[in-house]
Amino acid sequence: MSDDTVDIDPDVASDAVELHGCPLVEATGQSVLHVPRDRYLDVVKALADDGYAMCVDLTAVDGLEIPGRRLPPGVAPERFEVVVNLLDIRNRRRLRLRVQVPEHDAVLPTLFDVHPGTEAMEREVFDMFGVSFADHPDLTRILMPEDWVGHPLRKDYDVGRIPVQFKEANT
Amino acid sequence: MSDATIDAATTDYYERSVAGTDEGDQQLRPRSEQTAKELMREVGSVLRMSEADAAMLGELPDDPDDDQTMIINMGPQHPSTHGVLRLMLELQGETVLRCKPIIGYLHTGMEKTGEQLTYAQGGTNVTRMDYLSPLANELVFSMATEQLLGIDGEIPDRAVWIRMLLAELNRMSSHLLFMATNGMDLGAVSMMIYGWREREEVLRFFQEVTGLRMNHNYIRPGGLAADLPPGWRDGVLRILDMLPERLDEYDILMTGQPIWRERLQGVGVITPQEALALGATGPILRSTGVEWDLRRDQPYLHYEEMDFDIVVGSYGDAFDRYAIRLAEIRESMKIVRQILDRMPGGDYRIQDKKVTPPPRARIDESMEALIHHFKIFTEGFKVPEGEVYVGIESPRGEIGCYIVSDGSANPYRMHMRDPSFVNIQCLPHMMRGGLVADAVAVISSVDPVLGGVDR
Repeated sequence: MSDDTVDIDPDVASDAVELHGCPLVEATGQSVLHVPRDRYLDVVKALADDGYAMCVDLTAVDGLEIPGRRLPPGVAPERFEVVVNLLDIRNRRRLRLRVQVPEHDAVLPTLFDVHPGTEAMEREVFDMFGVSFADHPDLTRILMPEDWVGHPLRKDYDVGRIPVQFKEANT
Repeated sequence: MSDATIDAATTDYYERSVAGTDEGDQQLRPRSEQTAKELMREVGSVLRMSEADAAMLGELPDDPDDDQTMIINMGPQHPSTHGVLRLMLELQGETVLRCKPIIGYLHTGMEKTGEQLTYAQGGTNVTRMDYLSPLANELVFSMATEQLLGIDGEIPDRAVWIRMLLAELNRMSSHLLFMATNGMDLGAVSMMIYGWREREEVLRFFQEVTGLRMNHNYIRPGGLAADLPPGWRDGVLRILDMLPERLDEYDILMTGQPIWRERLQGVGVITPQEALALGATGPILRSTGVEWDLRRDQPYLHYEEMDFDIVVGSYGDAFDRYAIRLAEIRESMKIVRQILDRMPGGDYRIQDKKVTPPPRARIDESMEALIHHFKIFTEGFKVPEGEVYVGIESPRGEIGCYIVSDGSANPYRMHMRDPSFVNIQCLPHMMRGGLVADAVAVISSVDPVLGGVDR
């Protein structure tokens, strides 16, 4: 059902809705803003002034297996996508930001100075996806042990399996 | 071997073995090794204060030397850390200067597991995350899946009302457990028994309905696993009749008690600005006086038709958080009574062949039904491409489920925004400048569930 997803008709794309110069689209009835990486911090700051003063969630998606996903025109898919959920308590509305982050340079500026509550969430994204956040005060692994190798939620990270040893296995 | 070589060999061995197990950077490091920015993290950066203002705030000594302070571990094996939360505390005498929660001891990669399971199986996975509010986890996962399927408006009314009934009973059971653990942490040991006793009554009802006390997998995409059993109304009424009297007992035992008040009032204070900046939700945010409850402010299910109050505090301290949870049990009882009056008849799950397995009786007589049943439970059902975030009010705050679908039967990415994970970021703020004994009261008042924190 492509009608539910981000699907912009090329004819109307020219007067598509924009917010702070970024394409604003509907996805399953929710507002999603596609923010370019170099304007990420500025847009989040501007939105905080608009009332989106609370960052509810920050997570990421590894787009390795969906390179052809539907994005508004002008937004090129990259391997990682950082997804930020903002909340405007006064006007009771939500906004989701999606930022494309390339694999060869997986760095974003930290939101810590705007929304200090992203501290643990950014550490989780770093731990699970290997996307780093510049100027984060304490960018270390948060869920996995310090000496762990790899980033488990990446799509090329295999699901682990511990073989079950039955008593009679060797006989 | 001379003594010197033995010493060198021992040190070497010690360093190697520690390097293998040490968590290095995750730890709280001594003050002398921290940069100014890191030191500011606890208070200054949130309030955007100057360093001097921040130091004034907690009335803490300006810059104690390393030899005046001591860093100790609290947990992960500590009865008052509610599971496997490990806190590193920097103490000066009995005063907590800094605190760092270290988590991950219960991490089992449930988000990764969620990508391996179909949507039909996903409920068994998410229900184990925040294990004290399993029905909230299942509900938010099911709601997200239904929105992607585009069937969220077609769920039969009875299923919606049953979901609401169970969500509210779950809020009561979770808060009752909080009453028990909060009492135990502060030395009211008899309260521990009382709280568990009342919670067990609610869990007994859950067992009658879902077959299990916890980890129900009862709320599923498309509706419910089964209808309410005969006699369910008596089960709910038994709880509703029993609780008011017992809650009054809690008031006598704790709320009005001078000792209880001394232990909680003014402890672990957090301001509304701090709570909002840190993303805290649920009773923590409401304790600061911010009226924010998703049941009222972004209503889902039939909450907009319900008559209930949102309880807010005014001081943002541990006592407010205790009182809010106690009052929320009473509010939930109000909602449950209204649900009892309005529970409609009808089907308990959507009759959509795509997501609903055929009734058990049909399987015995129809080959097609058997195949259909088999396919749903082995392959699952396909969900159209798209992404969605759904947030609802769990007993601990906003629980959110973000699902990205690539059109297959498994979620491409399934992320749970767990309230406990975000809320424990408040701990360093609440503990700053307090006593070690109050640290226990603070952890308890945040009510983290480590299964949700670590997922």
